[in-house]
Amino acid sequence: MTVEPDRTRTGVEVQMQGLSRSYGTVRALDNLDLTVQAGELIALLGPSGCGKTTTLRLVAGLEDAESGTISVGGRDITRLPANKRDMGMVFQAYSLFPHMTVQQNVAFGLRLRGMGTAARNKRAVEMLELVELATQADRYPHQISGGQQQRVALARALAIEPQVLLLDEPLSALDAKVRAQLRDQIRRIQLEVGITTLFVTHDQEEALAIADRVGVMRAGRLEQLASPTEVYSRPASAFVAEFVGLSNKLAGTVSGSTVTVRGQELPLVDTSTPAGSVTALVRPEAVTLASDSTGDSGPLSGTVIATTFLGATSRITVDLGDTTILAQLGTSEATELPAGSRVTLTIRPDPVLVSAVETAASEE
Amino acid sequence: MAALNQPLADLAADLTGPAAARRPSGLRASQRRRLNAFRYVAFIVFGLFFLLPLFAMVRFSFEGAKPGTWSVAAWTQIVSYPGPPPLLSSIEITLELAAISSAVMLLLVVPTMIWIRLRVQWFSKVMEFICLLPLTIPAIVLVVGLAPIYNKIERYNVSALMLFWAYVILALPYAYRALAAGLAAVDAKTLSEAARGLGARWPTVMFRVIVPNMWQAILNSLLLTVALVLGEFTVAYLLSYVNLQTNLFEISRSSENAGVLFSASAATLLFAFALLLILSYVGRRLRRGRP
Repeated sequence: MTVEPDRTRTGVEVQMQGLSRSYGTVRALDNLDLTVQAGELIALLGPSGCGKTTTLRLVAGLEDAESGTISVGGRDITRLPANKRDMGMVFQAYSLFPHMTVQQNVAFGLRLRGMGTAARNKRAVEMLELVELATQADRYPHQISGGQQQRVALARALAIEPQVLLLDEPLSALDAKVRAQLRDQIRRIQLEVGITTLFVTHDQEEALAIADRVGVMRAGRLEQLASPTEVYSRPASAFVAEFVGLSNKLAGTVSGSTVTVRGQELPLVDTSTPAGSVTALVRPEAVTLASDSTGDSGPLSGTVIATTFLGATSRITVDLGDTTILAQLGTSEATELPAGSRVTLTIRPDPVLVSAVETAASEE
Repeated sequence: MAALNQPLADLAADLTGPAAARRPSGLRASQRRRLNAFRYVAFIVFGLFFLLPLFAMVRFSFEGAKPGTWSVAAWTQIVSYPGPPPLLSSIEITLELAAISSAVMLLLVVPTMIWIRLRVQWFSKVMEFICLLPLTIPAIVLVVGLAPIYNKIERYNVSALMLFWAYVILALPYAYRALAAGLAAVDAKTLSEAARGLGARWPTVMFRVIVPNMWQAILNSLLLTVALVLGEFTVAYLLSYVNLQTNLFEISRSSENAGVLFSASAATLLFAFALLLILSYVGRRLRRGRP
């Protein structure tokens, strides 16, 4: 989605300070500080158990923080019960009330707020129009598809005009195509409404596509909080680099502000890296391949052993003798390099991240 | 049911080819036929097991004074029984008992179970144990325990309706199982969190979000409680209260016609059947239009 963020945002700022929460001996959240700016969409990304859902549930008031504070628009809500927090939430599991029609579901929160029948029905229909489901208003949840149910859940969450929108992996139960459509729709609506949003996901593609900023979490802490492009191209740690996108791990030697990988000098993301042997993380799309008929056997030549077709692009695995490397090319280029062809490769001099050899080994 | 399924399954197999027909159950046609045959046999055997004694009972109640003759005397004697108390009053008391016991049961158990499910999950095992406990206690032991309490109650000269205390305990295991099954079918946690997020207080979550999604289970537990109360004899008899069952027993004893015992039993059964049918019909009507 390439919609420019709406700068006339109306949302409020959400501030979390020193949030901690444990389950038994497991520290799910460890002293988390995070500020979501007014109208911003932050995607919390990480493997399961990293604390991203816990963060969301603490903000929603569905769990209590052991320490730390949460404030919304400058008001401390840490001790406020969930039903007084004014948050709209969409869950991973289908959460529509099965005994109510789609319209009754959307109007439920308004009814609790004492809005009159006519007014709340009007608003419910408006919200259903926003998610393009006005024609399904009289159906029951079990009569509509999973994607539609999640859209109704979004309409229901937004109907009460919450201060903050919380999305807890709302797309993970849906199939790929519906998922991409709904993801774009969520972003469009979020920009339209201008609501401050926290979006939890374990799908990096989803996070990069939808968010203003992506927070990569690991073991209850934020590893990096930055724009999608920065998280992808300048990952703050080896963990982020490996979690967001694919990386080739290649042996290299650091000297000064460059690292030498298979005879090629590449700039470093972190120029203060001490000299020595390292593992360099190289993105597949930074690797270009050219057909090689000379039969040369330098460190940058190898043999194509497999091609994975991904649609517009293809991913090629090249055997370099002592290791293999992944390269991502346009599909038309890739078809000219069938399995068994000899190739020479070039690594584009993008700044790369390195990790010490020992650390990389211990993280396996 | 099985008889209907088989031709339909064969038809489906003809229409979609053998591979498609195999897929749903993963069984081959011969295996499925064998399973269906087993269903028939099991159905017939258990059907006979239940129906034969009933049939024998009804048949005996229509036997005349001399072998080979037929009469409805055993049935008319039920109605003409002068009491005390007359049959109609004991029917009234039993119906009232069924209503009170069901109401107390539901008011007691439904909110407790939902609350435990949502807020104090760790307590659910204890709750289950407590609710199933009455199953393991023989009625006679229960009566021995309850007798001193009822002796005290009797001083205030209250009616047989006081039996509902004992009946709620007796019905607890059945009602609990029915409700637990219904509650397990609802994603109570997600629904309650969604409702809380929309601003619902706990009572709203309970009665406007969770309860409407377990009507079927509530109705089932209601049916079980009513059935239990309609058929209860031991506790009422041993505590010397009169309900429909003990009254029928008295009628059969005071009559010289042995057939009355059986006509009275059959009448009770028919009465219970009729009542349960009405209840489940009403329940279906209530649910019409709902998912």
